Amino acid sequence: MSKEIIKIEDLKREFTMGAETVRALRGISFDIKEGEFVTIMGSSGSGKSTMLNILGCLDQPTSGLYEIDGVSVKDLSRNELATIRNEKIGFIFQSYNLLARTSAIENVELPLLYNSKVSTEERRKRAIEALKKVGLGERLDHTPAQLSGGQQQRVAIARSLVNNPVMLLADEATGNLDTRTAYEIMSIFQELNEQGITIAFVTHEEDIATFSSRTIVLKDGNIIQDNKNENVQSAKVELAKLPKQDD
Amino acid sequence: MRLLNLFKIAFKAIVLNKMRTLLTMLGIIIGVASVIAMLAIGEGSKESIRESISAMGSNIITIRPASTSSSGVRPSAGEMQSLTLKDYEAIKDQATFLSYATPLVNGSGQVINGSNNWPSTIYGVNPDYLKIKVVDLQSGSMFTDSEVKTAAKVALIGQTVVDNVFPDGQDPIGQMIRFNNIPFKVIGVLEVKGENTFGQDQDDVVIAPYTTVQKRILAIDYINQIMASAVSEEEAPNAVTEVSEIMRAQHKISNPNLDDFSVQSMEELISTFSSTSEMLTVLLVAVASISLLIGGIGIMNIMYVSVKERTKEIGLRMAVGAKGADILMQFLIEAILISITGGVLGVLLGLGSTVFIEKFLNWPTSVALYSIVISFAVCAVTGIFFGYYPARKASALDPITALRYE
Repeated sequence: MSKEIIKIEDLKREFTMGAETVRALRGISFDIKEGEFVTIMGSSGSGKSTMLNILGCLDQPTSGLYEIDGVSVKDLSRNELATIRNEKIGFIFQSYNLLARTSAIENVELPLLYNSKVSTEERRKRAIEALKKVGLGERLDHTPAQLSGGQQQRVAIARSLVNNPVMLLADEATGNLDTRTAYEIMSIFQELNEQGITIAFVTHEEDIATFSSRTIVLKDGNIIQDNKNENVQSAKVELAKLPKQDD
Repeated sequence: MRLLNLFKIAFKAIVLNKMRTLLTMLGIIIGVASVIAMLAIGEGSKESIRESISAMGSNIITIRPASTSSSGVRPSAGEMQSLTLKDYEAIKDQATFLSYATPLVNGSGQVINGSNNWPSTIYGVNPDYLKIKVVDLQSGSMFTDSEVKTAAKVALIGQTVVDNVFPDGQDPIGQMIRFNNIPFKVIGVLEVKGENTFGQDQDDVVIAPYTTVQKRILAIDYINQIMASAVSEEEAPNAVTEVSEIMRAQHKISNPNLDDFSVQSMEELISTFSSTSEMLTVLLVAVASISLLIGGIGIMNIMYVSVKERTKEIGLRMAVGAKGADILMQFLIEAILISITGGVLGVLLGLGSTVFIEKFLNWPTSVALYSIVISFAVCAVTGIFFGYYPARKASALDPITALRYE
């Protein structure tokens, strides 16, 4: 039985908007075990973004339990949350969120800048390793403007890996990419997952979900479906099936 | 998070926005430079006043008649005839803080040598005068005490007088000149002193024994002034008090408000004249400080823009683990770097323009170390003060909102 990375029990999140209370999450429970590749799906308004914010320790639940790697997040301060994000979570965003006019390696180093336990030399070493993992070992000094969308997202993945997180948290990570590039990115995620990295992938694209080992579907703040994917597609194989481009 | 890393981040942000940073700095640069230059001009003029007054003899104490406010017609101070040789003798005998003293009578008239003539002023003094005024002789010698006693018709002349009444380069020593038709034998020429602070030509003088001037030229028995020198600059205030007391005893005055004389040291004269330039300095510095303040507001403005523009970046930094304090420090350091770099450049520009003012405008300047220290400190404080609020705002951002900001 592998370790539980995420443990969620009867999680509720309510927002007060004027006189009205919006119940974004209405008592959700699920676990994510080490090595799982989970896609969280749902249409807009389903509570997907709220779920993501709470998973990423950017937001806190109104009630219920949320534990990440054995740490209960509920009563942590802003600073303690920042430390959890720094040490346990790797974020990947739809719009890459790389620092402009900053080299790939410096972008990847960013999370380690906020970790005083990591020395300058180690920071550089780990950033280079992470970039090599995503196949950008030759483009350390390129700035985002000199990289394609797919390459930028790969830099972002390297950035999420550099702090050796317990979980990667991807928010529509392929949303800005064409199908071919999206599949390339997904194959990287699959490779990382094969190496044992836990991934939570928020998306609304059905085909992306087929590359994951488990799919959770949210609707109106409740889980309406949570099933293991028996037939995991290989992104690499799917990529090969795509019609070759002329250029 | 280590401070060094924050410095690197802040430095990078500055380098990435060179033009904008430079323009922001410009306010600080101009502010600091003007504070330094203005203070240098103010200090310089004060110092030059002090110097030229000191050059006239920094220990000098002058005793002049002054208007009384007792009753009746108030004569103007210059017309007063209340100073006498007896006063001089009393001071000479009793004063302990004075090293030299001389009575002084003066009158103006025409210096004539053959066909050349020149309007000048004659000062009647005793031989101590040269020591009090710290004047040397170019040539010849000072008259003696016995020449004073006998009211000898001997005189020393300044260079301006020499130039005008001996135009052909003749040696004036031993020559006869006439002052208001009284013949004098020239026995010495004073060293050149040039103009004093007030534009007076200090070389346009004739000096003769006071007895001679009193009897033969002015036909008076009172004296215009008593001039003395204190044993040292530090003792000057004591000397002033002492002389005042002696004078009161001489004139039988019990109430100091009714003094019919005034005793003034050079120190007082200096402070009188420097108060004007001090006033000017304060004014100049006030103007310069306003520009520094505006520079500070410029920093605040640009930091606001910077925070707004980098909202998404702030969100990302927070998402990957930056704490509020990290963000606060990052922007604060950025503001301080801008203001301090501006300060350094401002100091350099200030020093540069001070040199320029001194060299090309010939204004006396003097850069005070404290002006550099103060304006530098003000810069750092400006950076912290005007950088804090925008930085605080950045650090208080909600990471979710910041990440979604477009």
